[in-house]
Amino acid sequence: MYAFDYHRPQSVADAASLLASSSEAKLLAGGHTLIPTMKQRLASPKAIVDLSRVAELRGIDRKGSALVIGAMTTHDEVANSPVVRSAIAGLCQVAGVIGDQHVRNRGTIGGSVANNDPAADYPAAVLALNATVTTNKREIGADAFFKGLFTTALDDSEIIVRLSFPVPAKFAYVKFANPASRYALVGVAVAQTGKDVRVAVTGAGSSGVFRHKAMEAALAGNWSAQALANVATGASDMMSDMHGDGAYRAHLVGVLARRAVAAAG
Amino acid sequence: MSATGIGASVRRKEDQRFITGKGQYTDDINRPGQAYAVFVRSPHAHANLKGIDASAALKSPGCLAVYTGADIAKDKVGNLICGWMILSKDGSQMKMGPHPALAQGKVRYVGDHVAVVIAETLAEAKDAAEKVSVTYDVLPAAVDVATTQNTGQPQIHAEAPNNTVYQWHLGDKAAVDAAFAGAKHVTKIDLVNNRLIPNAIEPRAAIGDYDSGTESLTLHTTSQNPHVARLVLSAFIGIAPEHKLRVIAPDVGGGFGSKIFIYAEETVCLWAARKVGRPVKWTGDRTEAFLADAHGRDHVTSAELAIDASGKIVALRAKTKANLGGYLSTFASSVPTYLYAPLLSGQYDIPAIYCEVDGVYTNTAPVDAYRGAGRPEATFVVERLVEVAARQIGQDPAEFRRKNFIRSFPHATPVIMTYDAGDYEACLNKALELADKNGFATRKALSAKNGKLRGLGYSAYIEACGIAPSAAVGSLGAGVGLWESAEVRVNPTGSVEVLTGSHSHGQGHETTFAQLTSQRLGIPIEQITVVHGDTDKVQFGMGTYGSRSGAVGMSAIYYAIDKVIVKAKKVAGFVLEVPENTVDFKEGIFSSSATNKTLTFPEVALQAYIAHKFTGAQLEPGLKEGAFFDPTNFTFPSGVHICEVEIDPETGSTRIDRWTAVDDFGTLINPMIVEGQVHGGIAQGVGQALLEGAVYDKEGQLLTASYMDYCMPRAGDLPSFQVAMTSTPCPSNPLGIKGCGEAGAIAAPAAVVNALTDALGHEQIAMPATPLAVWRAAQKSPMKMAAE
Repeated sequence: MYAFDYHRPQSVADAASLLASSSEAKLLAGGHTLIPTMKQRLASPKAIVDLSRVAELRGIDRKGSALVIGAMTTHDEVANSPVVRSAIAGLCQVAGVIGDQHVRNRGTIGGSVANNDPAADYPAAVLALNATVTTNKREIGADAFFKGLFTTALDDSEIIVRLSFPVPAKFAYVKFANPASRYALVGVAVAQTGKDVRVAVTGAGSSGVFRHKAMEAALAGNWSAQALANVATGASDMMSDMHGDGAYRAHLVGVLARRAVAAAG
Repeated sequence: MSATGIGASVRRKEDQRFITGKGQYTDDINRPGQAYAVFVRSPHAHANLKGIDASAALKSPGCLAVYTGADIAKDKVGNLICGWMILSKDGSQMKMGPHPALAQGKVRYVGDHVAVVIAETLAEAKDAAEKVSVTYDVLPAAVDVATTQNTGQPQIHAEAPNNTVYQWHLGDKAAVDAAFAGAKHVTKIDLVNNRLIPNAIEPRAAIGDYDSGTESLTLHTTSQNPHVARLVLSAFIGIAPEHKLRVIAPDVGGGFGSKIFIYAEETVCLWAARKVGRPVKWTGDRTEAFLADAHGRDHVTSAELAIDASGKIVALRAKTKANLGGYLSTFASSVPTYLYAPLLSGQYDIPAIYCEVDGVYTNTAPVDAYRGAGRPEATFVVERLVEVAARQIGQDPAEFRRKNFIRSFPHATPVIMTYDAGDYEACLNKALELADKNGFATRKALSAKNGKLRGLGYSAYIEACGIAPSAAVGSLGAGVGLWESAEVRVNPTGSVEVLTGSHSHGQGHETTFAQLTSQRLGIPIEQITVVHGDTDKVQFGMGTYGSRSGAVGMSAIYYAIDKVIVKAKKVAGFVLEVPENTVDFKEGIFSSSATNKTLTFPEVALQAYIAHKFTGAQLEPGLKEGAFFDPTNFTFPSGVHICEVEIDPETGSTRIDRWTAVDDFGTLINPMIVEGQVHGGIAQGVGQALLEGAVYDKEGQLLTASYMDYCMPRAGDLPSFQVAMTSTPCPSNPLGIKGCGEAGAIAAPAAVVNALTDALGHEQIAMPATPLAVWRAAQKSPMKMAAE
């Protein structure tokens, strides 16, 4: 790890000005990607802006037809929140299968979404539930937020404040974990919110999390696992590595989507 | 049996220290004035070193020195050694290239040591290391064990044409060929024994320390055998005379074989400490452990089994290529030869066996002993062959094994070994019962109803442990003897220090060795301290590996205690004023038929030291005895493991539903610790079968260099094990111990793969059977097709 300046602001405004003050400053949320990368000397930010003391980034609230989760809310808090459970029980399950207990105690929803790791779990849920990402500057819809591998719509001085999830009629997330890393080798989230049916896939796509439009169309008319029986997933659009080639991942997308629909009821 | 004696499941004495953070590992130790070493490692698998420019590094803040292979050569530091000479079929000696502690002229694997940077702090050493500029002339790499000997492959060492270290064989080829020619049925299989990376929790570490006043060196290091390290570092590498070198292996957090060897890093830390005049510390990080700890296994094998019309095995032959890596590590040559082929008879009466092994260089990390070392590879060959053969000839795999079991002992196999004791059928019967073999068909049908494939696999393993009779291994090329030493020091108050040449790095010796001593001397276990891991305290020892510390290490303690008792009886005779030959010692009490007075062990100990009741002419004062124990044979633990798996053919995930292990380890000192060893061994064997595999790409880059890609077994990957024991005591040591440390890792891979192939209905699955591999195999499964 190289030397860096460490800041621990108390407010989003202070965090934003610290972030803007250096072109090489980085936000620290749970740190599960940033800290190991720094320890390996692969990242060398000149300044770290630690968000852990910013109270306005925390908290879980039901606001009418939406579930609102502060960006610095940990996976463990989401997994065990009665408010989340009563609104979107499947989101507890998403948070509960991230990493292990140690990871869940530190990792945050805002950090996960901002990092947009192509094998992270939250992006699939955010996209399937059509959540809105609120930053210190604006509101960004899920479809506009995720821009490809480790890339989002956030600009360099933008900080995620909270995520707002419309409460769906049906939702489930099914994950097939990479046996080594326990990230998603493939994860599929399915949601029905009003008339809107959305299927989001993580871990598999070569451009990161994506909506499976063919599955959405099939489910819109017939919400059942059988409706997906003949929906193809293109192997050539999938990531390929020693843990799974494109054909395997594409196959798993189908299997997990059917299981997710069944689980969502 | 007393509450703390032999056979009692005493809680581990060392655990309080470990679980409260009071362990003292090498990295916990800091020496005054200590500097830090960081190694510059090769990013290339094979390259000529064209130049190393350290000028910028030397100007980096805090940098004290940068040393390269040229400095090592100038100081005449000896090469690292391989301590077991293997002769090829033609009688020629193995062809070994030099293994310098810092590369000279060429690098031969990613992670090879190019230079060492020493600085005031670790961060400064890392900063300076980044500034060492190395010019490489990158060469094509030979990475694959199966093809490295082919014409046109890059040549790794000039000394070893075609990258071939040896072409060794064992057994009677003519007899085997004749048996095959007359066989009714021949089963042939091709196997890959996948390459593994050890992954002890504690990474390797070393602190070299030079005392200019006494001109002596001290090495703190993560070693399973500190005395062997001292011997090699002094006699072969020439770092310091043996009496001027102290090696301390303090608490060590797991070894699994990988901490047996004498590596470049500790050699360099010791040498550099004298050069810079400061203690020099190196602690490997996890990436370095992946790249440069000695790996394990990595065989490709073709094997055949010949069976006669009555279903009896008449011959076995195997041809193996064994990857030894870019250099020969300390015991690398012996693992795929004498620790492998002599176990190819398994538990079976096989009249003729022939095995050929080519040991080969590749541009990969050195490969050496890893939990089981050769015996898991042998068991995998035998138990896959037997399982497949039984299926092919339409016999129940358990009954086919039973029919071919060895039934009388001693039994001389056609591959050197003489098995001393065992009852293989007893293990099989117990395992079949505990595994509820009779209920398997019902469970399989239920799985099928749920779209799952269920299979059951056996592994009836044998291992040669308690290594080993020194004369026997010497005749096979070993550079050392494999006895063990012990010293029992009784204090005047009757407490006891047991000094042992064994080394505990997870095995629980501080408990089990104390149990033996407690039972034999009749004193509370709290009165006993086990001392190990320091060449200044323990005179000499061979260390811990090969499941030898119970059978060999404790036997040395046993005989040292015998001598203590003999001496103590003499003391007691003087104090009780009775003839020595009337003194009896039982459960801590000295008594005599000639008096009704008795003495406790501490009372006699005190009398031995105050020496008031006898003269110097009659008896030496004091109570301290030592013993060296050299076994007369290997020990032969055996057992039957039964694994039951359920496969989800849609995803390829495998769930181990049941695991039954019935092992014969002879006498158990502490059943709880033995059971723990079985659990850990099975976990590592399941890791090999389902999860772990070191993968290099064609350029020799290690693709599995972190836990993101190298999959270690976790608790959730394993079922609750059903563990049981049978016992046929070992006749070649006084306690009847056989050894238990490696059994699980030896038994498990074949049990898992036999279960998988039973579930799949075909034999085409390689280890590690990851979800991807199982899913692909399931596409070809007749069981799955039938279900659809």
